Amino acid sequence: MLAKGMSARDEASATGGEGITRPSRPKPRVRLRMINTKVSRGGALFLGGLPFLFVAIAYLIASAQRLAVNPSDKLLPSPPQMWSAFLDLATVPDKRSGDLILWVDTYASLLRLFAGVGVATFAALSLGIAIGFIPRVRAFLLPFVTVVCVIPPLALLPILFIALGLGETAKITLIALGVAPVMVRDIANRVMELPSELVAKAQTLGGNSWTMILRLVLPQIMPRLITCVRLALGPAWLFLIAAEAIASTEGLGYRIFLVRRYLSMDVILPYVAWITLLAVITDWLLVRLSQAMSPWAHPVEAR
Amino acid sequence: MSRIVVHGLEKNYGDARVLERVNVTAEAGEFLSLVGASGCGKSTFLRILLGQEQQSSGVVIVGDGPIVPEPTPQRGIVFQRYSVFPHLTAIQNLLLVEDFRSGGPFGRVFGARRRKVRQEAEAMLERVGLAHARDLYPASLSGGMQQRLAIAQTLLGRPQILLLDEPFGALDPGIRVEMHDLLTELWTEHGMTVVMVTHDIGEAFKLGTRVLVFDKVRHDPQFPSAYGATITYDLKLDRKTRASSHHLAKVAAMVGTTRPDTAMATTAS
Repeated sequence: MLAKGMSARDEASATGGEGITRPSRPKPRVRLRMINTKVSRGGALFLGGLPFLFVAIAYLIASAQRLAVNPSDKLLPSPPQMWSAFLDLATVPDKRSGDLILWVDTYASLLRLFAGVGVATFAALSLGIAIGFIPRVRAFLLPFVTVVCVIPPLALLPILFIALGLGETAKITLIALGVAPVMVRDIANRVMELPSELVAKAQTLGGNSWTMILRLVLPQIMPRLITCVRLALGPAWLFLIAAEAIASTEGLGYRIFLVRRYLSMDVILPYVAWITLLAVITDWLLVRLSQAMSPWAHPVEAR
Repeated sequence: MSRIVVHGLEKNYGDARVLERVNVTAEAGEFLSLVGASGCGKSTFLRILLGQEQQSSGVVIVGDGPIVPEPTPQRGIVFQRYSVFPHLTAIQNLLLVEDFRSGGPFGRVFGARRRKVRQEAEAMLERVGLAHARDLYPASLSGGMQQRLAIAQTLLGRPQILLLDEPFGALDPGIRVEMHDLLTELWTEHGMTVVMVTHDIGEAFKLGTRVLVFDKVRHDPQFPSAYGATITYDLKLDRKTRASSHHLAKVAAMVGTTRPDTAMATTAS
């Protein structure tokens, strides 16, 4: 991308005159359309950082102003306050239970999240491929999945708590039920969109329904499945925190809703940042996984 | 063994009739070129031979019995696009053939068998001039290379009948001539029956042993899709007719798409 931008500029200056490096003459500039201007790597870093910087500065100013008026203000704590509260949760054992609260919360939440998303992914893969590839299964299940898709998962939460109790099962089920139907539909659609030429060709080479799933559909669908999981993680976090807020004894969402009662913004804000960090890392790992598993689908990155 | 007999074939899509009264018999080892205006149903005819679509009525016999209404290893196919598997490298695309044929429930052959298959595949890559592209994904191959790979892959399946759906339609003229030579050589080697759909009349004359023209003979001005196309011209080619500009011009006029002089140029090359 960088090289392309450079060459475009060189070309522009070359057509404008032969003195490319001559300092005396001002560099002839061609005004490109906005959609064609390239962003250098440094420029992209700078532009991408700007919104973060803006939010941080706005927060610092607001926080400083409030703390200047009232040093014991709880709404907008200063970064050192938040850091010390966060460090306490991460390193100082809880007085009552003796646990390191942050790690206990993180472990509990991630376990639920990955269990729920894992179940959903497995369902998406098996049901999605079956619905997309086998007409009889499609006729059997697609209408049902389509209807289940439009049920708001949070409306099911009370039912799940009543039916499955307040334990882990209900929370994991909520996450799985919340994200699976959309994933199943997406994978099924993607399987149906496989070029019929490829399926016909595989059959002329002697593939049967099962070996074609194994050697054609599965590898073709893999990058999409990972994208699907990345997109599903957003709603999955939502369902996780909702479930934890209502009935739990540990977890990131539980903690946030617990300390809300004491207006402990110095805990809530770092927790939100921590959740964001976890989500970003998960997303990045999934992108790398996709690149490692399906290099053919990422021709530019693979180079 | 690999004869094709088509009798009274008809194909409708709803009210629209695409093909009607198609009768043709092809002996084993013939090379049929199908030409005709765009949308005249020659690709539909090919897809029926492939088993991807079924005729609305009529009889299609391939080999010893009626056609199996799904694609089988008996008939190989090379499409214009999507003709190789994008998630496999060149060599893996060729290995897949044996994996599908005798890989069992895992769709993969192992051990000594795999080593033998790999040798065959590498010989085939060499044969079609893709040895250097062994480990490249199709996305980084040119159009001509992809088609060469597709032909190699199809031939490894040892089909009795090779179906080609405008296989060289998207290629540059120079590459096309190269592919013609390759295809002719492979056809001479393997001796299978070939049915090729093409827009290029020169190509049809150059490669085929027989040229079939698809066209509509009946027209209903009130309901244009009432009648379908049929085979209006069936020309067996020998050395004399192959180079005859008279026949070429005649077919070109029927199809009405390609200028005879450009068609002549392709035949000459």
